[in-house]
This record gives sequence, C-alpha cells and structure tokens, in this order.
Amino acid sequence: MKSPGSLICSWEIGIFKQVIPLSTTLTVSMMSPKEVAITINNLTKRFEDVTAVDGLSLEVEKGELFGLLGPNGAGKTTTINILCGLLKPTSGSVNVGGYDVQKRPDKVKEMIGVCPQDTAVFSYLTGRENVELFANLHAMPREKLKKNTEDLLKKLGLLEEANRHVRKYSGGMRRRTNLIMALVHDPEIAFLDEPTVAMDVQSRHAVWDFIKELKKQNKTVILTTHYMEEAEELCDRVGIIDHGKLIALGAPEQLKSKFRTKNLEEVFIQLTGRKIREEL
Amino acid sequence: MNFQRVSSLVRKDLKKMIRQPATLFLIVLFPVMLTLAFGASFGAIGGTQSATYQIAVVNMESSGPYQQWSQHFVENLTHIELLNIQAFSDNETAQADLIQGKIQAVLVIPGNFGQSCDSFWTAPTNPSLWVNTTLQLHLDSGSMFATQAIPPIIQQVLTATLYGTQPISIPTPIQIGSPSLIQASKTTMFDYMAPGIFAYATIFLTMTVAQSFTEDREKGLLRRINTTPTTPTEFMISQAISNMAAALIQVALVFAMAYLVGYRPYIDVVSFTLAFIIVSIFALCNVGFGLITAAIAKSSGAATGISFIFIMPQMFLGTFVGAALSPSAQVAGKFMPSYYVTDALTSLFLRGAPVSSPTILLDLSVVTIISGISLLLGILLFRKYGKT
Ligand SMILES: Nc1ncnc2c1ncn2[C@@H]1O[C@H](COP(=O)(O)OP(=O)(O)OP(=O)(O)O)[C@@H](O)[C@H]1O
Ligand SMILES: [Mg+2]
Repeated sequence: MKSPGSLICSWEIGIFKQVIPLSTTLTVSMMSPKEVAITINNLTKRFEDVTAVDGLSLEVEKGELFGLLGPNGAGKTTTINILCGLLKPTSGSVNVGGYDVQKRPDKVKEMIGVCPQDTAVFSYLTGRENVELFANLHAMPREKLKKNTEDLLKKLGLLEEANRHVRKYSGGMRRRTNLIMALVHDPEIAFLDEPTVAMDVQSRHAVWDFIKELKKQNKTVILTTHYMEEAEELCDRVGIIDHGKLIALGAPEQLKSKFRTKNLEEVFIQLTGRKIREEL
Repeated sequence: MNFQRVSSLVRKDLKKMIRQPATLFLIVLFPVMLTLAFGASFGAIGGTQSATYQIAVVNMESSGPYQQWSQHFVENLTHIELLNIQAFSDNETAQADLIQGKIQAVLVIPGNFGQSCDSFWTAPTNPSLWVNTTLQLHLDSGSMFATQAIPPIIQQVLTATLYGTQPISIPTPIQIGSPSLIQASKTTMFDYMAPGIFAYATIFLTMTVAQSFTEDREKGLLRRINTTPTTPTEFMISQAISNMAAALIQVALVFAMAYLVGYRPYIDVVSFTLAFIIVSIFALCNVGFGLITAAIAKSSGAATGISFIFIMPQMFLGTFVGAALSPSAQVAGKFMPSYYVTDALTSLFLRGAPVSSPTILLDLSVVTIISGISLLLGILLFRKYGKT
C-alpha cells in the first residue's frame, strides 16, 4: 500500500509550496495590477556540491525593471541562466513571457535578450559586425537591423570605433558591445547580468540612461548588480538574495523605510550581519 | 531553417578564417607549402630522378648517297652521357611514347639532312647554294629540365657533326626547328603522391574545427548564440558549409600549386567535379572528428593535442605515405577514411578511371558513410558533453 502514502506526502509539499509565493504575489498585486512577464516558481538549482538557487519564487511584471541583488555566489547568474534556458532547474519551474522555459525554449528565445556577465564577443569581428551578427540571429529585417545597430552604437558612444576589430577594444568598449549585442533586436524581455561592471563613470551613466529608455518603451528588464546606487537609481523593485534564497523583496524606498536605513547596503547588513561586498 | 541566420554564421566563420593568422596559416599556407615541398623533393619540379634523358630519334634518311651524315650525327648523340638514344622507325610510335612520358624528347632527322650537310661543304662560303632543312625536336613540356637542357645539347652535337670538334661560330644550313612542346604526362613520384596530398590538405580541418569550437565555448560564445532563436541544426549547417568552403579552397589551391610545378593528370570535367565532391564529403568527416575532439577536450589547448589522435593516423596510414609502409600498417590504413579518398583520386587522376567505375563508387560510398557517422557522432557527443 505504497501509493496512497506517497500521495499524502506530495499533498503536504504542495501546500507548503504555495505559502511563499502567495505572500509575494500579494505585495505585487497591491502595487499595480499588471500583466506578469516572468514567474519563478520554487526554483532550486544544485550543482554537485553547492545549492546555487534554493527554493526561489518571484514574479516580475511586464514593463518592470527588476533588480537582483546579492553578494558573490548568491545565485544571480544561475537564476538568469535558468530563465534564458541555458541551465535546467533541479526542481521548480520558470515561465517567461507566458511560456514554460523548459517546454518552449524556442518561443522564449524569440522574446529575450541576454547580456552575459562575462563579456562574450567575437574578437576577430568588428564591433558593428558583432552587433549585426546577433541582429541576424534574431532574423531582423535588414533596414531595421541597420537602423538599430547605428542607433545603439551611437547611444553607447561606440560609433567611431564601430569598424575596428573588437580584439583592439578596451575592456569598457567590449562591455558596451556586449550590452548592445543583447538589445539590438528590441527584445520584449531583457536579462542584463552586471551590465555596467568595469565601466567608467561616463559609460555607466550612458548605460543607465539607456536602461531608463528601455523602461519607457515598456520592456521588462531583470538586472543584476553589485552597485547599490545603480539599483536604487534604476529599479522599480529589487530582490535581495543570499545563498540562493530570497531574503528581501520590494521597491528600494519601501525596503529602506521598512528597515529604517539610508541605503540598500545597510538593508543587507541588517538581514545577514554581513556586508554585500567585503571592502577590498 | 532560417537562411538569414545560417548565412550570417557562415560569413562570420569565413571572416574568422581570413582574419586570424593562425587559422589562415593552417587553412591556406600549410597545404600550399606542403605541395611545393613534396613537388620539390619527389620529382614534379626537376624532371626525372635519373640524370639521363630518354630521346627517340626518327631518322628519315636511312638510305641514299649522303646517309653517313645522319648516321654520324646519331652516333655523336649516342656518345653524350646525359642522353639515352633510342632509334624509332616511325614518328607516330615515338610521339605515343612521348605522351605517355616514357621518353622526354623526339628528334626527327629529315630525309635531306645529309644532302644539306654536303651542300655546305661544297660551298662553305656561299649560302645561296646551300640546301636548307630543319630538324624537328618535340619535348615533354611537363619536365622543366627536358625543355631547358635538351635543345642546347642537340645544338652542340649538331655543330660538332657538321664542323668537326673545333668550336667555330659560322652560319650553317641546318636549323633546329623551334621545339614544339608536347603535353606529356610523365609519371614521377609526385604523380603517385598528388592524390594523397589532395586528401591531406583537408585533414587539418579536424584541428581548426576543434580549436574553433573549444575557443568559442571558453569565451561563452556558444552559450550566447544559444540564447538566440538559432537552432542546433542551423548552427551545425553553418559549420558544415563554412568548413566545406574552406576544404574546397584548400584543394583548389593545392591543385593550382601542383599544376604550377608541372602536375598534369589525365582528367575531364566530370572526373574533376567528382574529385571535388569526394574531398568535400571528406571535409565533413574531418568536421565530425573536430567536434568529437571538442567534446572530449577540456580546453582549446587540449583540443590541439587531441586532434592529432585523428590527424596522425589519417596522414600516415591513409594518404600517400601509406604505400611505403609495412603490410600490417597498410591493413590499418584501410580503416582510415583518407585511404578511400586517396584511392578514389588515384583512380581518377593517375589511372584515368571513369567516374562510374566500381572502385570509385565503392570509395565514394565508404567515404560518405564514414563521414556521415563521424559527423553524427560529433554532433551528438558535442551536444551531450561539449557545450559547457
Ligand atoms: N557550472 C557550475 N558548476 C558548479 N558550481 C557552480 C556552477 N555555476 C555556478 N556555480 C556555483 O553556484 C553558486 C552561485 O553562482 P552564481 O554564478 O549564480 O553567483 P552570482 O550571484 O552570479 O555571483 P557573482 O556576483 O559573483 O556573479 C556559486 O557558489 C558557484 O560556485
Ligand atoms: Mg554572476
């Protein structure tokens, strides 16, 4: 009589599962009753010896700019890799743009633009060729492709260098190319994994302006960052994760007033007793 | 399948081949240098290996009052150590041998040769009384040495015959007709090796493919492409197209180089096309080996080393080197796809076999089947183990 026993067991888990997302959905729906773009449902990802993501549940609305914050190794990149279909979850599920990523990765890939944390550009191509290649991989019509490429290179200050081989670019120029390649095809949903790391102040502000524009176009963006001021400047809401678990969720202002702190860094310290990033 | 995606990926790969010096070296320079090196050491550059030239002499003046002149001339030729003189009774047989490369030159002594010589000695100072005539000399154009060395030697012997041994420079009634060059296929070591070199040219694709995949993987570029709607099929098709293009360029270059150093196979357009098809299919086989290598290798450095597991036996057991090996090594060679490519090209180029002959069809099927298996296995292994 094994099967009834296991049935009861799974019921219990089922009830337990629903508790956490319920509370989060509640806060979200109170803010704005909008369409949901991304749902992360009790997501767990284990590598051989580490649990990178541990029962994470989240919802991101359409048109929302959502910040994923957390110290090194918190599980931000792993979460993004699962959202764009590069990694399989150990358990739980993710839904992007109305499709289960595991079941319809083809549909999801048409909607998303991914800017990887580690710069991935073809060094033997020019900046423009890199950007156009990714526009072509998204099968963009030729005229729009040319226009978008030109616009983005200009906005991020790469137009003059666009015909040089990326091999000869500086690190910051490569980072900017890396970002343009993710967004040239005008994706509905963008995953930006630390897009401004290693950029000078000027480039960082150019990228910020650019990300704000995405928001005006009602794009959904998940942004990971180490820079607290970046999150405060850009994000509608942030989720702070530590050891793969969501430990705080809300608008930056909301979190700051709730924890009575001046900034998000201090929120993290209050929650964990640690700094998000050890001083060097 | 989306054409825009595939073509943009192919263009990217071709740019990579052109813009990266290391890749360009492996793909273009290496096969070209190889051909030149083998051409120089095995006979295409430099004519026959022995230092003597086989020359057919057709003497049209075998009888008549002045025939001792031509006999004397032939005798003098025979004394030249560099030349091996063979008397032929008619021009046709001699020409046939020239075309087959058995001999390097045909010298036709005209019927009025003796008369002409005699007329000179009758009136050495009065050219208007001379009976003028022409010696016909046909040379093998495929041998640089034959075309360069033989005419002056014959001129020298002719002068000696006419004037005796003292060297004098005076006008003579006999001219050597400007040598008419015959396209003769003279079989040298190089002819036996050329098909193997054509197969050899694409073997290094294994290394370039393995390096390219491991590098792109290390830089996160494969993952990045994987976040776009590009399907694995589209990606692999683009790889197949760009590598086949590289293979065709390689073989065309090697063929052009071989032609430059004097290689002239018996071949028509159909056989030529088939040769290119076989080599392209073999290129896919090497792409497959490259993918298998990339799946096993943990880094691009390791990929270079591992690719030699495929390259070495293909090179030493399967191509032109194979003929010089021990019998057991030759048996091992039959497990190499390059062996069947070499065999098919040898049949086409050296033996002049028609494209529909059973040997060639068998070789073609074996190469196709092995290439299919290699490519499929490569794709499967790479998808399972090679992506991260
Ligand atoms: N392929 C992998 N194999 C094994 N462990 C992995 C792998 N990828 C990530 N991890 C582990 O998972 C944990 C989370 O890594 P992840 O890259 O998601 O962190 P992160 O939040 O993006 O950190 P950072 O701020 O440094 O980018 C880390 O402990 C990491 O060591
Ligand atoms: Mg990360």
